[in-house]
Amino acid sequence: MVYDVSVGGKPHRLELEKVETGWKCRLDGKEIRVDAVLPRRDVLSLIVDGQAFEVKREQTPTDLHMWVGSTRFAVELRDPRSLRARQGSAADEKGPRKIVAPMPGRVVRLLVAEGAEVEAGQGIIVVEAMKMQNEIKSPKKGNVKKMVAAAGAAVNAGDVLAIVE
Amino acid sequence: MFKKILIANRGEIAVRVMRACREMGITSVAVYSDVDRAALHVRKADEAYAIGPAQASESYLRMDKILDVAHRSGAEAIHPGYGFLSENAKFARACVDAGIKFIGPTAQSMEMMGSKTRARQHMEKAGIPFVPGTARGLTSPEEAEQVAERVGYPVMLKAAAGGGGKGMRLVHTRAELRSALESAQSEAQRSFGDNEVYIEKAIVNPRHIEMQVLADEHGNTVWLGERECSIQRRHQKVLEEAPSPIVDADMRRRMGEVAVRVAKAANYTNAGTVEFLVDQQKNFYFLEMNTRLQVEHPVTELTTGLDLVHLQIHIANGEKLPFAQSDISIRGHAIECRIYAEDPDNNYFPSPGKITLLLLPSGPGIRRDSGMYEGWTVPLDYDPLLAKLISHGTDRNQAIMRLQRALYEYFVAGIKTNISLFQRILRDEDFQAGRLDTGYLDRLLAKGDSKVSAHAPEPRIAAIAAGMFAVLDPVAATSGNGNASAPAPEPSNWKQKGRTEALR
Repeated sequence: MVYDVSVGGKPHRLELEKVETGWKCRLDGKEIRVDAVLPRRDVLSLIVDGQAFEVKREQTPTDLHMWVGSTRFAVELRDPRSLRARQGSAADEKGPRKIVAPMPGRVVRLLVAEGAEVEAGQGIIVVEAMKMQNEIKSPKKGNVKKMVAAAGAAVNAGDVLAIVE
Repeated sequence: MFKKILIANRGEIAVRVMRACREMGITSVAVYSDVDRAALHVRKADEAYAIGPAQASESYLRMDKILDVAHRSGAEAIHPGYGFLSENAKFARACVDAGIKFIGPTAQSMEMMGSKTRARQHMEKAGIPFVPGTARGLTSPEEAEQVAERVGYPVMLKAAAGGGGKGMRLVHTRAELRSALESAQSEAQRSFGDNEVYIEKAIVNPRHIEMQVLADEHGNTVWLGERECSIQRRHQKVLEEAPSPIVDADMRRRMGEVAVRVAKAANYTNAGTVEFLVDQQKNFYFLEMNTRLQVEHPVTELTTGLDLVHLQIHIANGEKLPFAQSDISIRGHAIECRIYAEDPDNNYFPSPGKITLLLLPSGPGIRRDSGMYEGWTVPLDYDPLLAKLISHGTDRNQAIMRLQRALYEYFVAGIKTNISLFQRILRDEDFQAGRLDTGYLDRLLAKGDSKVSAHAPEPRIAAIAAGMFAVLDPVAATSGNGNASAPAPEPSNWKQKGRTEALR
């Protein structure tokens, strides 16, 4: 198997080949002695040149993380043979920006009205979850183009609450 | 002794009390809301009864439903845990009226302590040291201005019925006072249904240190040592330890004796905690009394060798304290981390959801009081406290090292937790030197996390691991798109085994 792996944004080429004694591993062309056992789903016991690591895999709808010990690495893994097109980054300072709920909860109140001018970092909406009221802030200076959320509404993580342009 | 006790709570504290019940041969009765049917406390109970919708006001706060369950199940006593009905005098009285023993103080003691202004009036009579300020609620902005001038700025406005930082305002100048008073009063009204607000001189960089007391129903009251609770965020405690790094034997005895005087002045019975503010000269001032078992009670249990829940039950059963003050000794050091479902990378927003992976710490000097398990969905309706991780060592340094080691072993996936925050605190120089006050955590968080551990693994390990996961467990291994094409693996025995282990 050949993978394009990026760790913290830095790309690597990883080649893994099953051999009789375990795995033959090349990272960026360099051969490394690796042994790996999966004691359970999402937990890997990895031995690299005699050094042992417990690695945990955490997957969310948007991210893949490898926890080596208690250090977290953001990882992207791609099979270069797949024809899947790469998505461009949508994080653009210009143009409309969506404000999404960072966690499931209930909209307690709206701090500004549709059309209002807001500063970057200004509170837009208050969402309550787990007995805590959390102010959701504008990511940029601009106008509140659309207020999607309504006071009292239940929201899920990732739901669009407002759009600032 | 009681044969059956109802636990009017949920989460880790309900599990904690049920464990004591099982140890003592007492049948435990759980109550649960609709979203808590699969909660750990229901699984650990001997009997369990539904009490209504998720909203606490329709379930865990419904005295009528809880008393009805007590009658139906034949429970002779109710343990309220902390939060919910634990400091509700009406509930304590309703239990008495219903012929059920409330495991805690009497309604009269609670009422005296429940209002901070009333507590202050009583305690001033008993000669308890106070922060300068008013013992009564403010009647007008003019009065607030006069008192503030007298005690000197900065001053603190506080809700009489308050707690958890609600209805509290720090005021630096006269110009800010009126608007701060108005907002404190309206917040107090919203949060507690009572807009009474009083004023106190603000102690700069105070420590928050509290003293555990126990009182039986025969007039015996003892103190069990202090807990240092200065590490707070948004006025919520995050990490507690016993003993405090700055309290010596003499100060401990003096604080303990004041705490016992407070308890006696309130005719207090059962377990309680007297909270003090401590200034930079180590003067201590009475703040309030918490008339319940505290979240952080395990650090006192570990340093005294006592089981506070057992003792609570014995006291409620009418027994005398089985020891005197001179029998109490403090040994070693204990530190507790409150594991919350919140996201350290996103302003500590709450993070409810399903726990997809849970690896648990164990080993020497480690205690874990938890209400979570792998596969459980953390509901968004309640407090975000998931579990408490407590270490015990022969001294503070060993307790810190053990806790760091245990945090290294602890892993929760699926939801975000504040585990990484504790790793930061424990390796911080100021924490290690015991230089703490209630502003400590805000300062630490403002500093940013510059100091990276010397043993940080190399990124190449993460790269290799990602590839190995992909070949060994190919389901949804590639990012960028959820629809991985690999076939689903056979159900894993390891997974089943792991889950069983996690739930033990």
